[in-house]
Order: sequence, then structure tokens, then C-alpha cells
Amino acid sequence: MEDILTIQKVTKTYQAKNGELEAIRDVSFSVKKGEFISIIGPSGCGKSTLLSIIAGLEEKTAGDIWIEEEPIQGISEKIGYMLQKDSLLEWRTIYDNVLFGLEIRGKKNKKSKAYVDTLLKKYHLYEFKDKLPSQLSGGMRQRVALIRTLAVKPKILLLDEAFSALDYQTRLMVTKDVYDILKNENMTTLMVTHDISEAISMADKVVVLSNRPTTVKKIYDIDFEMEKRDPLNCRKSHKFSQYFDCLWKELDVHG
Amino acid sequence: MDKKAISKDRMIYLRKQKINKIAILTVQILIVIGFIALWEILANLGIIDSFIASQPSRIVKTFMNLSENDLLTHVGITCFETIIGFGLGALLGVLIAIILWWSNFLSKVADPFLVVLNSLPKIALGPVIIIWVGAGMGAIIVMALAISLIVTVLEILNGFLNTDKELLKMAKTFNANKMQVLTKIVIPANISTFINSLKVNIGLSLVGVISGEFLVSKAGLGYLIVYGGQVFQLDLVMTSVIILSIVAAIMYQGVVILGKIVQK
Ligand SMILES: Nc1ncnc2c1ncn2[C@@H]1O[C@H](COP(=O)(O)OP(=O)(O)OP(=O)(O)O)[C@@H](O)[C@H]1O
Ligand SMILES: [Mg+2]
Repeated sequence: MEDILTIQKVTKTYQAKNGELEAIRDVSFSVKKGEFISIIGPSGCGKSTLLSIIAGLEEKTAGDIWIEEEPIQGISEKIGYMLQKDSLLEWRTIYDNVLFGLEIRGKKNKKSKAYVDTLLKKYHLYEFKDKLPSQLSGGMRQRVALIRTLAVKPKILLLDEAFSALDYQTRLMVTKDVYDILKNENMTTLMVTHDISEAISMADKVVVLSNRPTTVKKIYDIDFEMEKRDPLNCRKSHKFSQYFDCLWKELDVHG
Repeated sequence: MDKKAISKDRMIYLRKQKINKIAILTVQILIVIGFIALWEILANLGIIDSFIASQPSRIVKTFMNLSENDLLTHVGITCFETIIGFGLGALLGVLIAIILWWSNFLSKVADPFLVVLNSLPKIALGPVIIIWVGAGMGAIIVMALAISLIVTVLEILNGFLNTDKELLKMAKTFNANKMQVLTKIVIPANISTFINSLKVNIGLSLVGVISGEFLVSKAGLGYLIVYGGQVFQLDLVMTSVIILSIVAAIMYQGVVILGKIVQK
């Protein structure tokens, strides 16, 4: 399989009032189509910065990023970005929330609406389409936010701590739902998380970042040799705890 | 809901709540009645001078002779001026707030001026306004505007600038332009700010109109109050004040109802 995303020697130095801050230095890795990549690293090391650069929200200081062999410039339509908060608009119905991205990009038409309908039906949200966000549970809201992002048909999905606002149980369930949705749609995904277990349970690869200035410390391939991965069940595998130990050591506070 | 589904405890609780509500209302009504009765009796007994303190029965009489003092016309004029001043204040306030939100530079430049203007007692501008605009309805409306506009701008701008950053970031991930951010996020997210500022505004506009009428002294409830005071017709003053408080209450409720309709 070919690489869909290539990140090469990306560096970011923030200019602030009290001086410069080198957040990331020479970060390189590449991602294949349909892969799920988890990114972990010490807090404040620049994970969000990295995603924001890929999404085009933040400019990089140096380095190159290609998506499908094209260098990215500004905010790319090929990228979907989902943040920690679901950021649903409380005054809009679920349906109008899901259409928000299409509306902004001027792509709200019969065809795209039909696609949204399929997504909502497939992921059991269609019957809630006329409800307001406040009438939904946290887990459902997060799924709505995911479908809003998928509605614009991105090639690559970025998740930044997308589940950390949910309580533990909901989070486990949503993780599974989201994983199934993404694998179903053959989505290429980069997920930043604080939670090592969450990182392992979903990922094909885990990228471990170092302290600031952030570089790639190590990339782990995750394979449970299961026929069909289930982010809940794989937690019971003995391999899971091995991966966990490795990553835990890798993340060592002094590293 | 099914009647049987309500438990006994629930019924007792609900009844207690209801009794409490009725008790509060009763006491409130009694206070008003008691106050009016006391006023009437003391005036009749000559303990308070009804010439300078008026008297409920005389207020009612003045009220009944609406046409004698052209009361209705004056009420109409005051209402008209208030609504125009209020409407203009809301419209201009939102417009200026949008402009300042749009340009970070402009809002930084305007900030100290807004602060100074906001703390200035606008009534002090009255004579200047009358000279510039002329002693008439125009001056009164400008007065109402002067009092309500700056507060509106500050409040709405503050609401705009405090729009949830996460929502803005979300919109940006879809590459929303500034106009889209304004119309699809910032304005709808601030409807309640807007309604709240209208609630404050209606009162401020009335203050502006009445003080304008004091100064211009041609027509309106404010004029009646000043005129009544000058000719020692306290019945007229009191009647006007009472009508004024009713007008204020009705206008406030109007805004509350408008808010409920909009926020649905
Ligand atoms: N706009 C900015 N200007 C200046 N410095 C910034 C800016 N944004 C982030 N930083 C700094 O860059 C560093 C990396 O921030 P970033 O948010 O990317 O880290 P993170 O790994 O996502 O952190 P967390 O684990 O808390 O989510 C931090 O030290 C942060 O203070
Ligand atoms: Mg972060």
C-alpha cells in the first residue's frame, strides 16, 4: 500500500512575547491508507501543534507535508479534524449540525445530504436527527461530531483527545463505535491521546513523541493477530499488557 | 401524566408549594392595598397635606379625566420616542459591535474611548444635544440613544468576544470565512446576550426619554411631570408617575416575550 500522508522534518517554533518556543523539531513519519495511528507523548510536548499543522490551522516553520503526493497548503479539504469537545451547535438540530461542514464549504446538495442520511442511518442516529444536542448523551454527541466530520468526505481524519471529555464507560463504548465506523469507511486516522490503553486498543501503529522540542522517539507496530480487531476485546490479550509496559517505559517522565 | 402515578408525598409537596405561592401573592397585594388605604385615610384626616402629597382618590379622578390633560397624547408621545430610541439603540449597538468584532485593530483603538463614554453621565450632554438637534422630539430620541447605545455596544461586543473558542476552532477546521463565523456561530451563540441587553436597554431608553422631556419641556409624560410640579398640581405628577411605571412594566414584558419567541 502506498503512503497517503508523509510528514518530513516538520519543525515548529512559536513566536511569543517572552521569546521563542521550539515545540517540534524534525518530526518525520508516514501513514498508509486506512491505517490507524495513535500519537502519544508527554503533556505539553506538541501533539496538538502537530495535528494543527497537518490540518493547516497552524503554519509550520520548516519541513514538508504531502497528502497523496501533493504538498499541503493552508486548510485542506482532504483533512477532517475532530477536537476534544464535540462543539455541537446547541441551537441547531442534530441534522443541521451534521450538515454544518458541508454548508460552510458550500457543498450542501442532494447528493451530499443523501450521503449524510446513509451515515446517520448506518450509525443509528437517524431517528435523533430532529433532536437538539442537549437531548443527547455525551457518547452520542461525540458520534454526531464524528459524522459531521465524515460528511465532508475527508481522506484523513485527525482526532485530538476526542474522547477525553467522556466518562470512562461511555468512552470505552464510543471508542469501539468510532473504531468500527472508521474501519468500515476505510478511513486513515491520526489520533492524539493521553491514554496509553486507548492508543494501543485502536492503533495499527503508535508514534511515541519525546519531550520538547519534540521528536519522534519510537514507532511501535501493534498487532494482536486477531481476525477482526475489537478495541474492547483486545485489551484482554496478553500482548496488550506487553505493549502497555513498553509504551509506559518509553513515556518515562525523564525521557 | 396518569393521575395514579402521582404519589401521596408528591401531592403533599405540590400542595405545599402552591400554598406558599398563594401566600406570597396575597401578602404582596395586601401591602399595596394597605399602602393606598393608609395614604387615602391619612390624607382625609388631614395628617398629610393632599395638596403636596396628592391622594389616591384624586389620582383616580385625574385618571378618569384623561381628555382634560390630553393624557393619552402625552403617553403616546413618550411611548413613541422610547420605542424609536430603543430600536435605534439596539440596531446601531449591534452594528457597531459587529464592526468592532470584525476588526481587532478598531476595537483596540476604540476601547479607551468606549470606557470613558460609558462612565460619562450622558444627561450632562442634554443642553448640548438640544442646541445641536433642536428642542424637539429629535433631541429626546438622541438623548435616549446616548444613554443606551454605549452600554449596548460594550455588552454585545463582550458577548461576541467571549464566544466559545472551541466552536470557532471547529468552524475553522471546515475553513469557514469570517462572515460565516459571524452569521453561523457568533450571532446565534449570542442571542441570549442580545436579549439581556435589550432588557437593560428598554429601561435606559425610558430614562433618556423622560430626562429629554424634562429638558425640552414640550410634550410627553416627562413634560407633564415637570409641568405638574411647576404649577403645584401634584395629582397630575403622581398620575403621570404611575402611568409611567405601568408603561415601563409593559415594555419590559414586551421584551421578555420577544426573547421567549426568539429563543424558541
Ligand atoms: N499559539 C501558541 N503560541 C505560543 N506557544 C504555544 C502556542 N500553542 C501552543 N504553544 C506551546 O507549545 C507547546 C506545545 O503545545 P501543544 O498544545 O501542542 O502540546 P500538547 O502535547 O498538545 O499538550 P497537551 O498534552 O496538554 O494536550 C506548549 O508548551 C504550549 O505552551
Ligand atoms: Mg493537546
